[in-house]
Amino acid sequence: MLKINNLNATIDNKSILNGLSLDINPGQVHAIMGPNGSGKSTLSNILSGKKGYEVSGEVLFEEKDLLELETEERAHKGIFLAFQYPLEIPGVNTNIFLKTSLNAVRKARGEKELDAIEFLKLVKEKSKKLKFDEEKLNRQLNVGFSGGEKKKNEILQMSLLDPKLSILDETDSGLDIDALKVVADGVNTLRDKNNAFLIITHYQRLLDYIKPDFVHVLMNGKIVKSGGPDLALELEKKGYENFN
Amino acid sequence: MNNRQKEIDNLKDYKYGFSTDIENIQAPKGLNEDVIKFISNIKNEPAWMLEFRLKAFDRFKVLKEPDWQKPKFPKIDYQDLYYYSAPKSMKDKPKSLDELDPKLLETYKKLGIPLQEQARLNGIAVDAVFDSVSVATTFKDELTKQGIIFCPISEAIQNHPQLVKKYLGSVIPTSDHFFATLNSAVFTDGSFVYIPEGIRCPMELSTYFRINASNTGQFERTLIIADKGSYVSYLEGCTAPMRDENQLHAANVELVALDDAEIKYSTVQNWYPGDKDGKGGIYNFVTKRGLCKGKNSKISWTQVETGSAITWKYPSCILKGDNSVGEFYSIAITNNHQKADTGTKMIHLGKNTKSKIISKGISAGSSDMTYRGLVDISSKAKNSNNYTQCDSLLMGNKCGAHTVPYIKNKNSESNIAHEATTSKISEEQLHYCQQRGLNPEEAVGLIVNGFCKEVLQQLPMEFAVEAQKLVGISLEGSVG
Repeated sequence: MLKINNLNATIDNKSILNGLSLDINPGQVHAIMGPNGSGKSTLSNILSGKKGYEVSGEVLFEEKDLLELETEERAHKGIFLAFQYPLEIPGVNTNIFLKTSLNAVRKARGEKELDAIEFLKLVKEKSKKLKFDEEKLNRQLNVGFSGGEKKKNEILQMSLLDPKLSILDETDSGLDIDALKVVADGVNTLRDKNNAFLIITHYQRLLDYIKPDFVHVLMNGKIVKSGGPDLALELEKKGYENFN
Repeated sequence: MNNRQKEIDNLKDYKYGFSTDIENIQAPKGLNEDVIKFISNIKNEPAWMLEFRLKAFDRFKVLKEPDWQKPKFPKIDYQDLYYYSAPKSMKDKPKSLDELDPKLLETYKKLGIPLQEQARLNGIAVDAVFDSVSVATTFKDELTKQGIIFCPISEAIQNHPQLVKKYLGSVIPTSDHFFATLNSAVFTDGSFVYIPEGIRCPMELSTYFRINASNTGQFERTLIIADKGSYVSYLEGCTAPMRDENQLHAANVELVALDDAEIKYSTVQNWYPGDKDGKGGIYNFVTKRGLCKGKNSKISWTQVETGSAITWKYPSCILKGDNSVGEFYSIAITNNHQKADTGTKMIHLGKNTKSKIISKGISAGSSDMTYRGLVDISSKAKNSNNYTQCDSLLMGNKCGAHTVPYIKNKNSESNIAHEATTSKISEEQLHYCQQRGLNPEEAVGLIVNGFCKEVLQQLPMEFAVEAQKLVGISLEGSVG
């Protein structure tokens, strides 16, 4: 599904990614772990299409060159990024944002756009499943939401947009244990043989709840070691230093 | 990708920029007593009206064009303009819409303003003003039944002289500032509204202004009177063809609210803004003033200003009646080389008067925006208060935003609160929206509409949707 080949990225003449390679197939959950400044967020930024980086190397998504596509085109094709810091948009009602987003994606995928009634039915059903407080849907997008509510809102959007590849950028940071469980439940419910997840995290904690198929250690902009779920435990015990 | 780009390019063009090829009757070029007499004569005006004009003209001769505003512009040669231009077919006034020049009907259809009454299902009565004359007023009969007068002001001068004589110039006197006085001398047409005592106007009243002829100044005059305990909501829309030269639009709008009356005045101004390099476009130098004459009266201005090369206007409220309320809700958008110096004046004279100002300025491209507002609470206006909120949103780094509040509080029992913010649409917000499938234009539209929400909410439903689209279109091409 996703093939990253020798990816290099620099910003303001500073090199962040140095020859990163990674293959993700449908049905798989990959976890990337690494210390601060190892390039984790840069990777999610580049996959989602954020501007400002100088990029070389190859990224194929379903055999097509991903780097050529605009951010929104990547979203239409099924790439979803759950942001580390979800943005606030004052004055924009959360429901309206979700509906605009869903219909933009549906339209691009050649599906029928949902009217208000169909949308509300769907969003209520999804919110219930994710224990997302429905009252929040009528508030301004992420304005005054707690850290946990913002992250849950990301997972709600993920479940609405039905992506093929979901990237979770430190979604677990700043979450209490209950919110963490809700987020993990969300991912586990969505998980099936046709989609894939890339989970970027500092800590092993989230991986207690979302069992990854592969764990990769990211240091200085490249993957220095890959393994199974046990690798996360090893990391937790030994720290990153031993991989340098 | 290519198709989308094409779509965006199409939208970027000013879609009201066509002109109508129509035969005109024009006054000779220039400004003098003869031209004023020509205008008065062709409109068959009574002597008092001509006197009003000439008095204004006398005053005008000694006034100087003001120059304190932020946007500067090349000197206007007032002798090089036409002050009256009207479609020839209007000379022998058509009795009904069926007799109207089909070209005019076609023009309004293109603008999305169908004048045929049977085609209008949404219950808005329209008065359409083409260059200098009002060409059609719809729903007249229905309004007449309730005693509501809604007609071209030229008609009101003929048919309701007492009302016009009493109120015309009572809020904006002939001795006012340069542009207002010019208007008093040469105004051509506009709308007149009178709502009788205790009547709630059953539909939105709307005037649609269209400048067509080139080298023509447009000077409309609108007068709205809400008698005791009445209510009216009035909408104004404007467009003009794309022309290389700058065209002057200097309208006067006077509102009078008597005891317990309420007037809600909404404007969606989309005059031609000039091209990307700042060539052409309308100079929108308009004087709008409302008088809350009676106790418990209320006047509310809502404006969405997206067009014009230069917008220079301050819709104001004089709160004379005790307990009267003035409101000003404004969205002003400037893009490319557009400039705006706009805001409001709230003059508190009566006791317990309240005013509220919500201003949202959005600047993009190389444009420049100034909010300028006066809140003046007189010594007699005990227990009065004002709340002002002034927010600016910047897009890119070549535009400017300025806030210039003038605050005068002359008694200690009154309060004035002023809040101002300046923000930018962040790359992060755009990226977030795009990651959720919105293209950059949709993303900006959404964020800006969120920013303007408090003002958009004030617009009547039919206008709010249009205004929301207009906000998006005005900013197209301003990202990336």
